Order: sequence, then C-alpha cells, then structure tokens
Amino acid sequence: MITELFSTTVLIGILASGIRLATPYLYAAIGETFSQKSGVLNLGVEGQMLLGCFAAFYVTFTTGSLWLGLLAAIAVGALMGLAMAFVTVNLRAQQGISGIGFYLFGLGMSDLLFQRLMGTVETVQGFPKVYIPGLSEIPGIGEIFFNQNILVYGAYLLVPLAWFVLNKTTLGLKIRAVGENPDAADSLGVNVARVRYFTIILGGILSGVAGASLSIALLNVFQQNMTSGLGFIAVALVYFGAWHPVGVLGGALLFSMVNSLQLWVQVLGIQIPSDIAVMMPYVLTILVLVATVSRVRAPSALTKPFERDE
Amino acid sequence: MRSKLSTLFDALLPIIATLAALAVGTIMLLLLKVNPIEAYAALWDGAFGSANSFAETLVKATPLLLVALGICISFRGDVINIGGEGQMIVGAVLATWVGLTFTEAPGWVVITLALLAGFVGGGVWGGIPGVLKAYFNVNEILSTVMMNAIAVQLMNFLLRGPMIDPAQAELASKIPQTARLIDEFHLARLAPTRLHAGALIAVVLAVVVYILLWRTIWGYRIRAVGQNPHASRYAGIKVSRYMVLALLLSGAFAGLAGAVQVYGVNYRMITDGSASGFTGSAGFNGIVAALFGQLHPLWSIPASILFGALLVGANKMQRVVQVPSALITVLNGLVVVFVVSSEIWRHRRQRRRLAAAGEEDAQSKPDQTQVQKEAGQ
Repeated sequence: MITELFSTTVLIGILASGIRLATPYLYAAIGETFSQKSGVLNLGVEGQMLLGCFAAFYVTFTTGSLWLGLLAAIAVGALMGLAMAFVTVNLRAQQGISGIGFYLFGLGMSDLLFQRLMGTVETVQGFPKVYIPGLSEIPGIGEIFFNQNILVYGAYLLVPLAWFVLNKTTLGLKIRAVGENPDAADSLGVNVARVRYFTIILGGILSGVAGASLSIALLNVFQQNMTSGLGFIAVALVYFGAWHPVGVLGGALLFSMVNSLQLWVQVLGIQIPSDIAVMMPYVLTILVLVATVSRVRAPSALTKPFERDE
Repeated sequence: MRSKLSTLFDALLPIIATLAALAVGTIMLLLLKVNPIEAYAALWDGAFGSANSFAETLVKATPLLLVALGICISFRGDVINIGGEGQMIVGAVLATWVGLTFTEAPGWVVITLALLAGFVGGGVWGGIPGVLKAYFNVNEILSTVMMNAIAVQLMNFLLRGPMIDPAQAELASKIPQTARLIDEFHLARLAPTRLHAGALIAVVLAVVVYILLWRTIWGYRIRAVGQNPHASRYAGIKVSRYMVLALLLSGAFAGLAGAVQVYGVNYRMITDGSASGFTGSAGFNGIVAALFGQLHPLWSIPASILFGALLVGANKMQRVVQVPSALITVLNGLVVVFVVSSEIWRHRRQRRRLAAAGEEDAQSKPDQTQVQKEAGQ
C-alpha cells in the first residue's frame, strides 16, 4: 500500500493539493511579514481571517458575485486592521494580548453573524479553475501548478511582489527602518505611526483575503471556527521563514505539503491513525523552528510600541 | 492622597473597560433588534438568579481561575502562554488515566494522585515550550499554539483507541470517550448543587500563588526576569531557568484545571474532535480573567467569577431572547482589547509620579525610583 503513494497520479495529486492548500497561509503570512517587519506582532490574524471568511461567503451567497465577496473580505480585513492599528500605535497596547482580544472578537463575531444571518451550512460555487493556455497542458507540471483558481495564482504572485516592495522600494526601506530602529527612522523624518498603520491595515486586508480563499475558492462553505488555528500557524510561518517572503513561502509549502500528504495517506487507507497523521505538520513545524530560528534575529523593535522622547 | 486616588482609578480601569464592552454589546443587541434590558436581565438571572445558577457560575469559574493563576505567573515573567487549551487536555488525560488504572486504591489517594498527575502533565506540556524558548530561541506564542494542536490530536487518538471505554469499543457507534470514573473518585460536592471541592482548591491555590510571587525568592526572580531580563542576568539570576519555570508552572495550573474538570464535573473524558469541546475554551478565557484581574492571583478570583457568570448567563440569554451565546465571546474579546488599551493611562500617571519623585531625590539617590519600580509592583 505504501507503494501506491509513489505512483505518478498520486504524487501529482499530493503536489497539486499541497500547492492549493498553501494559499491561505501565504496570504496571511505575507501580511504578517509586513506588520512584523515594521515592528508589530499581529496575533489577531485568526480573527481577521474568520471575519473575512464569513464576509466573503455571505456576500457571495446573497449576491452571487465572487468578486463582491472578495471585496467584502478585503473591507472587513481593512477595518479590523484599522482597529488593531489604533490600539497598537495610538494606545500602545501590548500586542500579544490585544491580538488575542481581536482573535476572540473575530471568532465570536463570525459565529454570531453566521447563526443570525444564515443558520445552516450552505455551499457556493467558488472561483473556477483558470487554465493557462500552453502551460496547463504540460504533463505533470501543468496539473500541479497551472490547474488552479485565481486566488491560488494570486498568493504565489504575492511572494515576489512582497519581496520587491520590502527590499527594493523606499516604502520597504521605511518599513524595515521602523521595525529595526524607530527612533532613528523618526529622526530622519519617517512617520513611524503612518508606516505602522499601513502595514497593519495591509496585514488585515491580506488576512481577509486568506479567509476568503478558504470560503469562496478552496472549500466553498462557511462553518463556525472553520480556520481552526490556521491563522496562528500563519504567524508561526513568519518566524519560520525568518521574516523573508521567500522563507515564508518555503514554510507554507512544507507545512501544506505534509498536510496534503497526510490527507492522501488517509484517502489511500494506509494504516496510520488519522489523529496521529493530522498531528504531523505541527510536530514538524516545531522541529524545524528548533533547527532554524535560533540563527535568525527578529526585527529589533518587534512588539515594542513607539513613543517619542519628550 | 493623590496617589490613593490614582490607585483607585487603576483598580477601576478594568471595570470601565467592561462597561465599555457592555455598551458595545448593547449596540449590537439593538442592531439584532433585541431589547438589551431584557437580554442583560436574562444574563443576570442565568448567572445569579438562584442557588443552582450561582453554583453553575462558580463551577464555570473554577477552571478559569486555575488557568488564570498560571497566566499570572507566566505573564509576570514576560512569557506569553496561549497553550492553556493543550495543557488542560494533557493534564486531564493523565489524571483520567490514573483514575481508570488504580481502581482498587482508596478514593483520597487516587484523587490526590490524579490532581498531581494533571499538574505534572500540564507542567510538561508547558515546560516544553519553555525549554524551546529558553534554549532554542523558539517564540513561545508559536510553540504553545502548535502544542495545542498536538494535544487535541493526542486526545482524539487516545479516546478513540487505547483509552476508549471498553463498553463503547464493543458498540458500533464507538463514541470517543473513556470509561466513567467510579463514584469514590469524584471530587466532593459542596452543596446540593454541582459545585465541587475543586472551587475551594482553586481559591486556596490563588493564595499560594500570591505567596509564591511576592513572598518567595523564586517568585521575585520570575518577576525580575519579566521586568528586565538583562538587569536580572547582570544580577546573577539564571534567566533561562526562570523562563522555563514560569511556563512550566503556568502549564501545570492549566493541567490541574483539566484534571479538576474531569474529577469534579464530567467524571470522564469525551471528545468532539475539537479542543473547546473538552475545555469550553477555558484555556483562552482564563487569560482574559487573569488580565482582568491585573495579573494578580487574588484579583483573579472575582475576575473568574465574573467571566464564569458571563458564560453561564449567555446560555440563558440564548434561550430567552435567542441571541447566540457567541455574543459573549465577542464581548470577552472586546474586554481584553479595552483592558490592554486602557493601560496607557496608568503608564502615563506612573511616569508622572516617577518624574515628580525623581526631582525630589535627584541629588542623593538618582536610581532610587527605578529600583523601587522594579522591586515593587
């Protein structure tokens, strides 16, 4: 039975679903990379995702438009980001804890709205697969990479884009400066508060999109607490990827490939208790964190509120 | 005199934050077209309306308080433990195993052993992230989240397999639950309600944790490391060791909460596949209670009762005015956000006081205020 795992069809299946499963992690973790690079730990990702999830699903379900659904998730994510930015930048609240507050808020709110507005689990027709002429026809490769929906492509395009913005633009320089040494950045005329507002709201938007990718592109349903820890893992992937978009991509792929593997192991009926199989990606993530994190330094001002000396 | 006023203001901050959250709740209720007075009346009635409902509130408050005590220790040591859910589960599993294995032993022996097992199990589950943080520089927020996910799967695996109720194992349904603990192993009831001895244990431990944090050298060092790890290292404190200790103790109290939940309320473990199915999210809500109690073990007692009341009252509210009890999760979240946001006013006044005091004895002992600030609290 183990040999079945290594047949070409199964292998392609595992890789293709691994690529697909990485989508929500990528959106959320790239957003988190931006906010952490500017010195803000956003632990409310899970809550933002849940609200994005619901908003996208509900709007799509009622209007029939996937794009309006996506827009709703973006708007909700931006609003959550705005609230988070006000609390962390202006009120200088402790970030780890206020993040938990935002998580609970999103968890309860999405549940409340779901029960009140829908009540039962429904399904929608999610974003369809987009075939890319030529590329989709390549045997194997086409099936794995170019047989996905638009939000999956978007997640992977986001990686080089984020790398470019962070490393090759003035904005990126400002973000990194604010995260490393806000006092110096401030004395050079960088508006620390504005940069952090930008990154936190961007993080909220991307978390919202991450939620939407679950509810209207990958699973096409909404259920209470359907992210079940995915947002927290996205935060972990930022550490895992050492605050580098490409590293984050590596982490997201590793995590989702192992996840995809364990799903296929169960589909094929290989005798590993499913609970143990589900556990594997988490164990692996801890082990890789142990092996890698100690060598990389977090942005110096991470979790530290900025305050001008008067 | 002025400082007395400000102490009063500090103590009032969480209450103001709660009122603000309730105000937002009122707006939400209005948007849901529900009469807020009716809703809050149902909430109050559900939580305090009768001896039974008050007992339920205390039953719900017990695991919150135990988790909160652990949170007081870890947050004072500046380590963030959000692994309470997993630690509760591991503590409960170990404690349940004790009760199902030593069925011949006297009740008090088994109960003592089981609670200890819960304490140790949670301690191990919290200690691992502690070691990872102290010696491998792995962020504890992430490792505790991962450990939660692992604990849930471990529970599911054990309850479906090795620890499944032999009676269930023979049925086709195979409900994932353990056998029931025999009656001798149940924690004593305190009144003709569901209130059990665990509540008393939690209150006693609150005093113990208070003494630990403020009357022992270990507590002092945990707090010192939390306030300033560099200064602590300079003063000869083994910082890594105290980080591990803080997380370990924090996990241990959560583990105990899990054990108490099994021996005082459920008398068996059963899983619906999720963590909150067993914990009722006490691992998260305990954080809220601790924060609300200003990370003080004794203030955590009324704070836990308050949040226990909200949770119990929410069920009644759901029945009477059909507002999903998820509203309470929303309010809990808002309370956390408002409490941490309101800290800014306390810091501002504290700094003003320090500045004023600093001017007075600037010539003689320039570092005095700083030292006091670090030693005090």
